[in-house]
Amino acid sequence: MAAEILRLDGLSKSFFGVEVLHAVSFALHRGEILGLVGENGSGKSTTMNILGGIHQADAGSITLDGRPYRPTGPRDAQEAGLAFIHQELNLFENLSIEENIFISGFPRRLGRLPLIDRGRIGQRTRELLDMVDVRYPPATPVGKLSQGERQLVEIAKALSQDARIILLDEPTTSLTRRETEKLFTIMERLRAQGIALIYISHILGDVLRVCDTIQVLRDGHLVGGGPRDEMPIDTLISLMVGRKIENLFPPRDTEPTTVPALEVEGITQSGVVRDVSFTLHEGEVLGVAGLMGAGRSELARILFGLDPFEAGRIAVGDTTLTEVSPEACMRHGMAFLTEDRRGEGLMMEATIADNTALPSLRAYARSLTGWIARSRLEDDVAEVSRRVQINTTDYRGMLVKNLSGGNQQKVVIGKWLLRQPKVFILDEPTRGIDVGAKFEVYKIVNQLVAEGTAVLFISSEMEELIGMCDRILVMSHGEITGIHERHEFDSERILETAMLKNLADVA
Amino acid sequence: MSGTAGRRLALVVLQNAPLIAFVVVLVIFASLSDRFLTLGNFTNIVTQSSHIAIMAIGITFVLLTAGIDLSVGAVMYVGVAILALYLGDLPVVVSFPLVALIGLALGAVNGFFVVQMRGLHPFIITLAMLFILRGAALWMTDTRMVFVAEPIMSLGRTSYLGVPWAIWMFAAVFALAWIVLRETPFGRQVYAVGQDPVAAGKAGINVPLVLFAVYCICGLCAALGGLVSIAQVAAASSTFGFQKEFPVIAAAVLGGTSLFGGRGGVIGTVFGAILIQTVENGLVMTNANLHHRW
Repeated sequence: MAAEILRLDGLSKSFFGVEVLHAVSFALHRGEILGLVGENGSGKSTTMNILGGIHQADAGSITLDGRPYRPTGPRDAQEAGLAFIHQELNLFENLSIEENIFISGFPRRLGRLPLIDRGRIGQRTRELLDMVDVRYPPATPVGKLSQGERQLVEIAKALSQDARIILLDEPTTSLTRRETEKLFTIMERLRAQGIALIYISHILGDVLRVCDTIQVLRDGHLVGGGPRDEMPIDTLISLMVGRKIENLFPPRDTEPTTVPALEVEGITQSGVVRDVSFTLHEGEVLGVAGLMGAGRSELARILFGLDPFEAGRIAVGDTTLTEVSPEACMRHGMAFLTEDRRGEGLMMEATIADNTALPSLRAYARSLTGWIARSRLEDDVAEVSRRVQINTTDYRGMLVKNLSGGNQQKVVIGKWLLRQPKVFILDEPTRGIDVGAKFEVYKIVNQLVAEGTAVLFISSEMEELIGMCDRILVMSHGEITGIHERHEFDSERILETAMLKNLADVA
Repeated sequence: MSGTAGRRLALVVLQNAPLIAFVVVLVIFASLSDRFLTLGNFTNIVTQSSHIAIMAIGITFVLLTAGIDLSVGAVMYVGVAILALYLGDLPVVVSFPLVALIGLALGAVNGFFVVQMRGLHPFIITLAMLFILRGAALWMTDTRMVFVAEPIMSLGRTSYLGVPWAIWMFAAVFALAWIVLRETPFGRQVYAVGQDPVAAGKAGINVPLVLFAVYCICGLCAALGGLVSIAQVAAASSTFGFQKEFPVIAAAVLGGTSLFGGRGGVIGTVFGAILIQTVENGLVMTNANLHHRW
């Protein structure tokens, strides 16, 4: 084996008393591609952020080239020869390729004049672009490049800073298959030059395709790892999920009906979802599982009329929607809890009451004047807020931004409950909220279905889906790849269905 | 097919909008007045637009970082008031750089607060500066008209190689700004900060320093604009520089600089400034009726 370049030794990290990383240790060698896999929230990002100097470990040490490495900021990491390539790229579309590569430190004319040495950066950029197989003049604006080409420009930028370790975090989510293959070719070329790479991805097929060794994280623990040949895909999957589901979910004593509440038929939008059909019944919780980028949230947005679709039919109850817009969907009794609570779900600077009242204002307008019936509205807001158990009663004074994540989510749920929805789409309803608040959200969901509401429950957390749902739809690459009934729930099998298309790509 | 062609045409028109508007304005006024399209009138237009153009070049730096400076007209007035009241006896080669430095310092105050008070939009900070500085200038001048001495007035009438002094000043500021924005690391960093300040920070750019610097440059250019203007008119009443922020920002935006940062440049700004002056000049030339109603 080649020389060791980086060693993590017993790294631990807690946020607000919750341990997110527990004694993680592994080593990286020169000319090695190391795959880091795990479910969302398993500690991959925290590991990256510690290496990048964004967070500091509470315990443990990192050794770089045999010397202790304790970065306190992105600058330290860059100077130590670590380069990070994130899912969202760090490029300036309004600048040229060469300017993007050298923005952190332009070479100057005659060494000290404050003028950019265009000749030199052009020359050097051409060399770097050659190394990553991008054939554009260095003065091309980055805005003209495709996502894949931009990814490669980021790598060229890393090389320009003499990076010896390159960390790629989900780099292929916005790339085409061909661009992905090209990225892998470049990664292999860099490996041959002795550069070490850490590759984070949900797409196990890609990880198996390109990595030499694989380490698996689960709940902040390193649960396994080894050379690629010793880590077949079923081993990886069972390492990633293998967790017993404890009593985290409130019991439900109602059964779903067979009355359709939402019928979806052949919904297609090219590049997003393909031929999606399912029926959601009154009093049912239908889960939607899938990996990041599988098209779950995109589907939800289409169903609620936020994004367009090319073909297909949506029916609520027994009426087919002729016009699919948020207004129309709401009129027919649909509600939608977005995954982006802060950006889309709430007005952070407004009070609980204002947020809760917003989608219902029209219902509280007096018929004669159109003025809002304040006292009736406030009574109802207070009632619904009590029902979702927001931990304050100052609904008219408390700004939403001052609430905890869990209470914010309850405000979002409350504002839709005020409309008494027949179909409630929940997109990642428990993301970023603590265990106690999660339990309360689950209780509200159970209450709702007991009253006959139909719930579409999108989540990235497998045990949550298994604990809450009557059936689980599995999506992969914009298609439904399986429907699992409650009696046959099995997280390994669901995860396998979610990766169906990715596995097919390897074969 | 025709849809894409049409869209492409629309894009070309949109990208060259300032130039096209300029040509359209020229054609309209040239057909309405035979005195309009003469070299003398054109020199006149550029001379009259030069103080707006210089200030607009300064504000272009600020707009490129997605900021704004409403205090330019007030900075202009303060600089000229100090020049007339306290520096009148000094030779021009001393007094002008001093006024320029005062502008730079006032810009630095803007920049300081923009960087320090992150939660406060530059709009508010520079609006406050506008009122403070106008108030200061009115207090200094006792709201009376101030006059500049002979050497400055004669400077306004000076030409070199047949080109008025104001145009030389304008050309020098433009050339320097163009080089700074295109060919220096600082200039490119201004664009990067305007596009995405978070990414710029991650790329190791000292974002607060860049922001501070653009407000200094804007203040400096505002004072220079005041000098060019006072040399032409010789006296400054209490309305000197009043509401100048409007034509100055309009010139930059007409020239294609985005209010949201990252896009634009000083060439467009110069066109914008001249375009505004051309319309004004053309309306005078064609005896447009101010009170006409449709």
